[in-house]
This record gives sequence, structure tokens and C-alpha cells, in this order.
Amino acid sequence: MTRTEKPKLAVWKFASCDGCQLSLLDCEDELLTVADRVTIAYFPEATRAVVEGPYDLSLVEGSITTPHDALRIQEVRRCSKILVTIGACATAGGIQALRNFRDVRKFTNLVYARPDYIDTLERSTPIAHHVKVDHELRGCPVNKHQLLEVISALLAERKPMTPPHSVCIECKQRGSVCVTVARGWPCLGPVTHAGCGALCPSYDRGCFGCYGPMETPNTESLSRLWRYLGAGHREITHAFRSFNAASEPFREESLIHEQRH
Amino acid sequence: MPVAPDSRSPYRVDLIQLDLLLAAVCRAGYQLIGPSIKDGAIVYDEVSSIEELPVGWTDDQEAGRYRLQRRDDRALFGYVVGPQSWKKLLHPPRQLLWKGRRTDGGLETIAREEVTPRRAFLAVRACEIAAIGIQDRVFTQGQHADPIYAHRREQALVIAVNCTEPAGTCFCSSLGTGPEVISGFDLALTEMIDESGHWFMLEVGTDRGGALLEGLEFTPVTDTERRAVHQRVDAAARQMGRALNTKGLKKLLYDSYDHPRWDDVADRCLACSNCTMVCPTCFCTTVEDVTELSGEIAERWRRWDSCFTLDFSHLSGGSVRHSTRSRYRQWMTHKLATWQDQFDSLGCVGCGRCITWCPVGIDITEEVRQIRAHPVAARASR
Repeated sequence: MTRTEKPKLAVWKFASCDGCQLSLLDCEDELLTVADRVTIAYFPEATRAVVEGPYDLSLVEGSITTPHDALRIQEVRRCSKILVTIGACATAGGIQALRNFRDVRKFTNLVYARPDYIDTLERSTPIAHHVKVDHELRGCPVNKHQLLEVISALLAERKPMTPPHSVCIECKQRGSVCVTVARGWPCLGPVTHAGCGALCPSYDRGCFGCYGPMETPNTESLSRLWRYLGAGHREITHAFRSFNAASEPFREESLIHEQRH
Repeated sequence: MPVAPDSRSPYRVDLIQLDLLLAAVCRAGYQLIGPSIKDGAIVYDEVSSIEELPVGWTDDQEAGRYRLQRRDDRALFGYVVGPQSWKKLLHPPRQLLWKGRRTDGGLETIAREEVTPRRAFLAVRACEIAAIGIQDRVFTQGQHADPIYAHRREQALVIAVNCTEPAGTCFCSSLGTGPEVISGFDLALTEMIDESGHWFMLEVGTDRGGALLEGLEFTPVTDTERRAVHQRVDAAARQMGRALNTKGLKKLLYDSYDHPRWDDVADRCLACSNCTMVCPTCFCTTVEDVTELSGEIAERWRRWDSCFTLDFSHLSGGSVRHSTRSRYRQWMTHKLATWQDQFDSLGCVGCGRCITWCPVGIDITEEVRQIRAHPVAARASR
């Protein structure tokens, strides 16, 4: 591939904690190579310098929670050749999608002195609900190796390798012992999307589901197993209702168990 | 009277002699890999003496459940197989196949710098020898032999252990793959704890194994001792927690594509792939191409794949086996039926790992039993 000009990279923030952008800054050694390969054209978390669009690759962090952001994402899409969402907020609505299960006005009334100043949407929604997304990178936060893989792949014009199977495959391949079978502990690994390298089970604890639902999650069967292992309906509701609470399979499963509290 | 170990008759070996033998194996340049406790299970890791083995431990195994338990003796091999198999060393989860660098207008390959140490596998069970035999057939026979597997296999010394206490999920005796080690080993041990003490019967299977005994002096076992060993192993064959009736199995499964039992399994199956990861014969891989950020270096890696993922059967237009029903059916039918057409044997050795390590405890022997108990009419089109 010969290029006369380096591709322009932009990093956008919507409703989020900035943790996924930090994963990019956390690349440290590789960051210099990234800067060598692309022009970091828009990345307020890292630099105030701004190069005007359009951009070859936009990384979008965060979910849509305000009318203003719902308009802004349209602008981002318009000026981006490839748009990749990074992290659970951008791909599933994030932890702030807990509002989707309640009346958001009750929260704003409780939290803010002047709730009438708060212009917020009823629901926190993923970017893909608003614009066409070219690739979604899961995780809370995203894994820096996967992030580099996505950037490398798109620069090389190949498909990024971010397999959608269960965490169990990564767990077994790294030689960890199954905490459910050997310890009797509840774990979300069998229904959770791979990508973290099975981090939590390798530290002897169950998976928290940070990467959201895997390709074909059998949440009903896993919940039956959790019940058998002693988990209550409340615990199951909370397990499915975290960073990926608004992802459809996790949302549905949490509702089933919330009704049985 | 002690004799030099050149004859192939079995020997009686005590704990100290066994430790000397393992030291001799290490001295001969082998990296000794054996059972070791990690995170609540027995896995295969580097060991250097009998003290590092799971002395006095056993494993309690049932469908979806594994627990380590203390024994009331100091047996070295008083458990069966854990979540890992020797597959992890012979056919590693990730393997670099090829690496290349961009040159002016072209591409040059960079030689793989991979050194596979000579390894001695300690405590290889009969079912695992059968599994290695199956993978030998898959990887080294036929038109396209795999040099990576072949080399790793060649480098491996097999020190087998006869099973005397099967687990609840074991069913090797019904498949004829155990519990007694018959062939495919360099050295074989049977552990005995009786009124005469804590000892092992040592058998030599190959010259390579026999050579390791040089300089060590062992007493041949007596006929009485040999009978006692065989009684223990015979008893083990009768203590299997499970059984799989293989009679007419291929036809049974070929006639059962539309069996309602597959829906029942799909209701429970998580499609998590654990069964295929722990299976010592499952060999499927996918290939992943990676490029460095600079775009100058490209690598091709082989990684364990599973027929339980959607990508596994992804063809133009999508995945062929979209339902979990079709994926479980494919896996089990391959293991027990189509494997026979493909490789002239079953693809299952009765180790029971897929039963123990399935989080929801799906039991291949029970699924066969249910299908056999409720046959569906054979499809007219076949």
C-alpha cells in the first residue's frame, strides 16, 4: 500500500468515562508507531491540536444520552470514512443505560439542584442506533491489543480479528481452570463475548460480562445454572445489568429475573 | 536378586527408585511435564521430582463438577485426568505458521525461531494414549502431514500410568481404550499401596524408555505382585462411573438427524465450546493473519477453533450451522459416527472431560442413551 498522505485518525467522546480513550494512550510503546502511521487529527483527550476533517478513521467512545449528542454523532458520521465504536458505552449504551429501566426524571430530580437545566434523553443508546457503524469493539474498557489490532487491520485494509465467541475459549486456551466447574462459582464467561483474554477467571474469579453478549448467548440456561449454584434472582438481575445492561440478550434476561425478585 | 534392566520384564520400583528414575529422565535432557495442582484442579506443568506431584490428592468428578479431595494415603497418582490434556503440548492452542517481511515490491519469509524441547510426559493415562494415537492419525497420516505436530510428537517421551481408580465421568472401558495401558508408551507405571508397601510396577515399552534405566538397578516383579497389579487394573475397569454402548452407533446417529433430543440438548447447551477445548482428540483450528502497525511484518497463526462457534461454519452468506441444535449434533455425530468413516475409529476415548467440564453438565453418554432409547424412523432419503 503506498500513500502520499498519512490517514487521519479522530477520537470522539460521547457519554462515557474516557477509559477506552485511555486504553489508546495506554498503548505507550505502540503509540509512537500509531503516530507514525496516522495523523492524530482530532483527539482532545491527548492534544488540543486539531486537523480539520474529513477523517479516514474515527474511533467513537460513549453512548448517546442527550439531544445535542444525537445531532453531533450525525456530524461525526458525515466526516468519517470508517467509523469504529469502542467500548461498552458506544456498543451497548454503557452503565448509564441503567436509566433505561427506570424514569430518568426521577434521577435528575434527586441528583441536581436545578433539574430543569438538564436536557437528557429517556434512554442511553449505542452509536449503532443512530448511525451506520463499520466495526464495533467491545469491552469495558476495550483491550489495548484488540484496539491496536483494529487500527492495524483497517490500515492494512483487512478485516479486524475480534472473534465473537465465548470467553470460555480464551479461558481454556490460556490454561485457566474453570471456576464454575472446579469451584462452583457463578461466571458469565459462557455467555460473554471474548476479547479480554479471560482476565478475571485467570485471577480466580468469575467473568463479569464486561464485553457483553457473545454471538449466541444462552442466557436462560446459564441462569438456571446460577440458580443451581445458589444465586438468587436479584443477583442474576444485577449480573446481567451492568456495563452492557441494555444489550438485548442481557436486558431481557435481567427483566425476567427482576420480575421474580 | 537385582538384575540390569535390559530384559523387558516388569520391575518393582519403590518411591526412592522412582525419584531416581525421574532424575535420570531429566538428566537425559527431557523437560519433565507431569500432574500438578493449580487453581483447584490437576493440570500438566513442569515438575522435577515426585514431591511436586499431587501427593495424597484425588479428584471427585461428576457432570459439570470437579473437586480436589484429600486421600487417606500418600498416593502419587490417585486421580485421573483434569481439564488439560497432552494436546496442549503436541497441538498448542496458538501456533505461528508463517511470518513475512515486506521488501521492495515483494515479500520475504522470516524463518520461525521455534525450539521444541524434548519433553517427557509423566502420568499419561490409557485414554490419553488412545487420544494421542487418534491425533497421530489426523496429523501425521494421509496426504498432508503436519510437520509441527510430527516434530513435537517425536520429541515426546511417554511415561504412562495405569488407572486404578476411575472417576465418575470415566467410560474408557466401554470403548476399549483403557484403563490399562497396552501400547504407545516408552515406560509405564502402576501404583500400588498394599501390605508390602508403596511401590510401582514399571514396564518398559521401547528402547528409548529402556535406555533411561541404564545404571539403575530394579528387582523384577514376582508373579504374585504382577497378579495383584492386574487385579487392581481389572477392578478399575469395573468401577467406571459411566458407559457408552457403541453397538450400531454409527447407523444410530446417521438415522437420528431429526431426533427431538437435539432440541432438548440445545435448550441446555451454552455453545461455549468448553467440550471441544478440553477434548483430547478435537483438532480443529482456524487461521488468523496479523499485521504489525507498521504494515511491514505479517504473521499467520493457527489457533484452536471449535465447531460450536458461528465462524467455524461461516461460508459465503453466513454460518451454515446457525442453531445450537445443529452445532451440538455436528460435534457429537462427528465424534461417534462420521469420525469412523473419516479415520476408521471413534473420535471419543471415554476420558469424560467433556462431561465434567461442561458448565451445565451435558453428558455425551446420556445423550446417546436417550437417542438409543427413543429411535426415530430412518429417513427414507438416505
